[in-house]
Amino acid sequence: MNLTLKVWRQSNANAEGNFETYDAKDISDDMSFLEMLDVVNEQLIEKGIEPVAFDHDCREGICGMCSLFINGRAHGPLHGVTTCQLHMRSFKDGDEIVIEPWRANAFPIIKDLVVDRSAFDRIQHAGGYISVNTGAAQDANAIPVPKQNADEAFEAATCIGCGACVAACKNSSAMLFVGAKVSQYALLPQGQPEREKRVLAMVNEMDAEGFGACTNTGACSAECPKEIPLSVISRLNREYIRASLLSKD
Amino acid sequence: MTLNSKIPNGPLDKKWTDYKDHVRLVNPANKRNIDVIIIGTGLAGASAAATLAEMGYNVKAFCFQDSPRRAHSIAAQGGINAAKNYKNDGDSTFRLFYDTIKGGDYRAREANVHRLAEVSANIIDQCVAQGVPFAREYGGLLDNRSFGGVQVQRTFYAAGQTGQQLLLGAYSAMNRQIASGKVTMYNRHEMLDLVIVDGKARGIIAKNLVSGEIERHSGHAVLLASGGYGNVFFLSTNAMGSNVTAAWKAHKKGAYFANPCFTQIHPTCIPVSGDHQSKLTLMSESLRNDGRIWVPAKMEDAEALRQGAKKAIDIPEEDRDYYLERRYPSFGNLVPRDVASRAAKERCDAGFGVNKTGEAVFLDYAAAIQRYGKAEAHRKNLHDADAAKITELGKAVVKEKYGNLFDMYMQITGDNPYETPMKIYPAVHYTMGGLWVDYNLMTTIDGCYALGEANFSDHGANRLGASALMQGLADGYFVIPYTIGEYLADDIRTGAISTDHEAFDEAENKVRERIQFFMNNQGSKSVDSFHKRLGKIMWEKCGMARNEQGLKEAIEEIQALREEFWKEVKVPGKADEFNPELDKAGRVADFLELGELMCRDALNRNESCGGHFREEYQTEEGEALRNDKDYAYVAAWEYLGESAPVLHKEELNFENVKLTQRSYK
Ligand SMILES: Cc1cc2nc3c(=O)[nH]c(=O)nc-3n(C[C@H](O)[C@H](O)[C@H](O)COP(=O)(O)OP(=O)(O)OC[C@H]3O[C@@H](n4cnc5c(N)ncnc54)[C@H](O)[C@@H]3O)c2cc1C
Ligand code: SF4
Ligand code: FES
Repeated sequence: MNLTLKVWRQSNANAEGNFETYDAKDISDDMSFLEMLDVVNEQLIEKGIEPVAFDHDCREGICGMCSLFINGRAHGPLHGVTTCQLHMRSFKDGDEIVIEPWRANAFPIIKDLVVDRSAFDRIQHAGGYISVNTGAAQDANAIPVPKQNADEAFEAATCIGCGACVAACKNSSAMLFVGAKVSQYALLPQGQPEREKRVLAMVNEMDAEGFGACTNTGACSAECPKEIPLSVISRLNREYIRASLLSKD
Repeated sequence: MTLNSKIPNGPLDKKWTDYKDHVRLVNPANKRNIDVIIIGTGLAGASAAATLAEMGYNVKAFCFQDSPRRAHSIAAQGGINAAKNYKNDGDSTFRLFYDTIKGGDYRAREANVHRLAEVSANIIDQCVAQGVPFAREYGGLLDNRSFGGVQVQRTFYAAGQTGQQLLLGAYSAMNRQIASGKVTMYNRHEMLDLVIVDGKARGIIAKNLVSGEIERHSGHAVLLASGGYGNVFFLSTNAMGSNVTAAWKAHKKGAYFANPCFTQIHPTCIPVSGDHQSKLTLMSESLRNDGRIWVPAKMEDAEALRQGAKKAIDIPEEDRDYYLERRYPSFGNLVPRDVASRAAKERCDAGFGVNKTGEAVFLDYAAAIQRYGKAEAHRKNLHDADAAKITELGKAVVKEKYGNLFDMYMQITGDNPYETPMKIYPAVHYTMGGLWVDYNLMTTIDGCYALGEANFSDHGANRLGASALMQGLADGYFVIPYTIGEYLADDIRTGAISTDHEAFDEAENKVRERIQFFMNNQGSKSVDSFHKRLGKIMWEKCGMARNEQGLKEAIEEIQALREEFWKEVKVPGKADEFNPELDKAGRVADFLELGELMCRDALNRNESCGGHFREEYQTEEGEALRNDKDYAYVAAWEYLGESAPVLHKEELNFENVKLTQRSYK
C-alpha cells in the first residue's frame, strides 16, 4: 500500500516545529508501524534529508520507550497495543497518517517525535520503592499473599511507563501512572510500612513536575497500551486521603 | 598473560562461604571515598548499583535508554530459576548446579556455577521483599513452572513479564539510592571508551546522546553490565539498541573475550516474514511447558500447508510428527534450547516446514486447552460440562498463564493462537560468550569487571531457560558486593581520580576522531544496510550449523564488508545533537570486528558442544559430538590490533561431575 505521512519535525527543544509531508511507498501489511518508519527513514537518508527521530527499543511492547500520537490517538488506533506492536494491516492504501510527539508540559520535546519523560523517573525517586537493603529479606514464602491481591498488584505493576496516559489526557495528568505504582505496593504486605509516606511523596512530586489535575474523563485508561484500569486512580485518591489523615509528618 | 581464574581452594560447596569469611572488607567510612562506575542498568547493573550504594560506595550508573527501567532485561518473559524446592520435587543446590553444568555441555567453570546455585534462593527472597508480584497459588504461596533441560519445577514467574517485574524491583531499589544521593544516574548516555590509568580501569569516555557532548567520568572501578551481543546477527530477539560497544572497547584495551562463538539460538520465535523485518520476537520457552511441537509426517501435507491448500487442523493426529517427543521421550518438548532448535532445523531442511518460506514448525495448544479445561471443570464441580464448556474453561486458564504472549503473537502475525497452532522457528537470542572474568568477576584489566550477559561465566556452551535473570541478579546483588572489596581495599587512600590525566585526553581524542570521521565521510550507504549484510553472513555461516569452509569464507567476507563500511557509510545529521544514526554507526563498526572474532573462535573449536554445532562433528544420530580431550577449555582471545588475535586457554577441571555425552532421550 502507499500512504502519505504528515510528521512533526522539530530540530531541538527550543526550535519551532512544523509538519512535513512524506510518501511511504510499497508498505506491506506485515510491517510494524516502526518498520514502516524505518523504510521511510532509509529513503530520506538516501535523499540527503535527516531521518525522523523517534524513540524505540524492545519493539515488543514492554520497554515503554516507543510513543507517538498517531492520527490523534496515543499509540495509534488499536486498543491495548503499543506503537511498536501496531502493524500496518490496521491501515489501508491511500491513508493519510498524522504523526506527532506526546504533548505535555512535563514532557518537553527533545527532537522530532522524541520527548523527555524523566519526570516519571523523578516521581519514582520520590517514593516508588520499598526500603529493603540487599540481604535483609526473609524467606520468600514467609508471608502468604492472597492470590487475588497478588494478581491485582501484578496487573498494576505491568505499567510500562510510556506516558500515553499523560499524552491522552486533556489536562496532561499522570494519575494513572502514579496510581498504578501506588496500587501495586498498597496491595502487598511488603508495601505497608511506607504506605502513607509513599503516596504523599509521589503525589507531591507529580504536582511539582507540572502534571495536570484529574477530571475523571478516563482517556488515560482507554488509551493505555497495558489497559491499566481506572480503579487505580480511585485507589490513589483513597490512599491519598487516608494518608493525609493518618500521616504524622 | 596467563589466565588465573582465582577459584578458591576447598570443597565445591564450601568455596563461596569460605571466600566470604575471608575476603577483605572496606569499612563504611572509606567506602564514602570510593567511586564506582556502572555501565548498564539491566538486572545486573541495576542490582549492583543499588547494592553497592546501600553499602556506602558512590555509584555513577549509565544507560543509553531514556530511563534505567527500559534496559533490555525488561523484555524477559518466562521466569527465573532458584533452588528453593518449594515444590518438594527433589530440587537442591547441587541439582541446580548439575543441571546448569550439564545444560551448558560441560564448558562452564564448576566453582562459579555452584556459587550461582547457592545464591539463587536469596534472589527470590530479595525480590519478594521489594514487592515483585510473582505468580502465586490459591493458598498465597509462590507458584513455579518448569523450563527446558530439567526435571523439577524451579522457575518463578510473573505471567509472561518476569523480566519486567524483576527489573522494576531492581530499578526501585536503585531509585531509593538515587533519592538518597548515593547513585547518580546518567540516562541517554553511551560509554564510548574505557580509560586505563597506570594499568587500572579508572574511568570512561561517554557521549551525552541528547546534546552530543563528550564527557569524562572517573572512578576507582568500572563495572560493565552492558548486556549481550546477539544483535551482531542484525535479526535477533534483542532490543534494537542492544550492542557490544562497551565490552568491545574494553576488549580492545586488554580485556580478553571468552568463547565469542557460543550463541544461543532460541527454538520458539515468530518466523521471519520479509526483508523489512527489524527484529524477531520470542515466544517464551514457558510455552513449551504446555504446547506440543510438530510438523506433518507426510511430505505431501507439508507441501499443501506451504501452498495454503491445507491448514493445521486438516491434518489428522496420526499424520502428525511430534518430533521432539519422538526423538527425546524422557524430556519431550522440554529438551534444552540448542537441541530443540537443531531438531526444528533438521525437519525444515528435510522439507517438512509449514509456512511459505518452509522455515516454521507448529507449536500447538489444543491438547493443553483440553487438559486444563477438564481440570478446571473438575475443580469447579462441573461434572457434566460439555466439550464447548471445557474448551472455554481451558482457554481461560491458558489466557491467564500466557495471555500476553498469545496477544503479542496475534498482533504480529494476525493469526489467533487460541484457535490455530502458532508457527515458530529458531532465532538468535542470547550470547553465552562475553568478557572473560575470574571468580571475582574481574576481567583481565585490573579494576574492570563484567556482570550479567556481558560476561562469559556461568552458562558454558548453552544457557538453560530462566537462568540469565538468575545470573544477572546473582552477580549484582550477591557476588560483586563481596568480590569488589577484595580489590577496592587497596584504594582507600587513593582519593578521587582526576580526569585530567593524559589517558583521559588520549581516549577522548580517539572518540572525537571517530565521530568526526563518520560526520565527514562522503559515503552513500546507510548504517543499517551494512548491519543487515553482516547479519546475513553471520546467520548463514556462523549460525545454527557451522563448518570449516563456511567459517573461512565468512572471515574474508566480513573483512571485505568492514573495508567497504569505512569507505561507504553515510551518517546524516550533526555530531552535537540528538543523532541516533551516528550512535548506530559506532555500534555497527564494533559488530563488524566482533563478527570476525566469533568466526575465528568457531573455526578454532573443532568439536560440537551446546549451541556451537560444527557439522563435521556429530554423532550418527545427528547429536553434538564433544571433544573433551582437546577442547574442555575456555577460549579467551586477546586483541592485538592489526595482527590476528591470540588465543589463551583456561582449562576446565571437573571434579564434581562426570563428563558424559548429554542425553535427553
Ligand atoms: C525476549 C527475551 C526474553 C528473555 N527471557 C528470559 C527469561 O525468561 N529468563 C531468563 O533467565 N532470561 C531471559 N532472557 C535473557 C535475559 O533477559 C538477559 O540475558 C538479561 O536480562 C541480560 O541482563 P543484563 O543486565 O546483563 O543486560 P541488559 O538488560 O541487556 O542491560 C544492558 C544495559 O547496558 C546499557 N548499555 C549497553 N551498552 C552501553 C553503553 N555503551 N553505554 C551505556 N550503557 C550501555 C543499556 O542501556 C542497558 O541498561 C530473555 C532475553 C530476551 C531477548
Ligand atoms: S499507565 Fe498505561 S499509559 Fe500510563 S505510563 Fe503506564 S502503561 Fe503507559
Ligand atoms: S519499543 Fe519497547 S514498548 Fe515499544
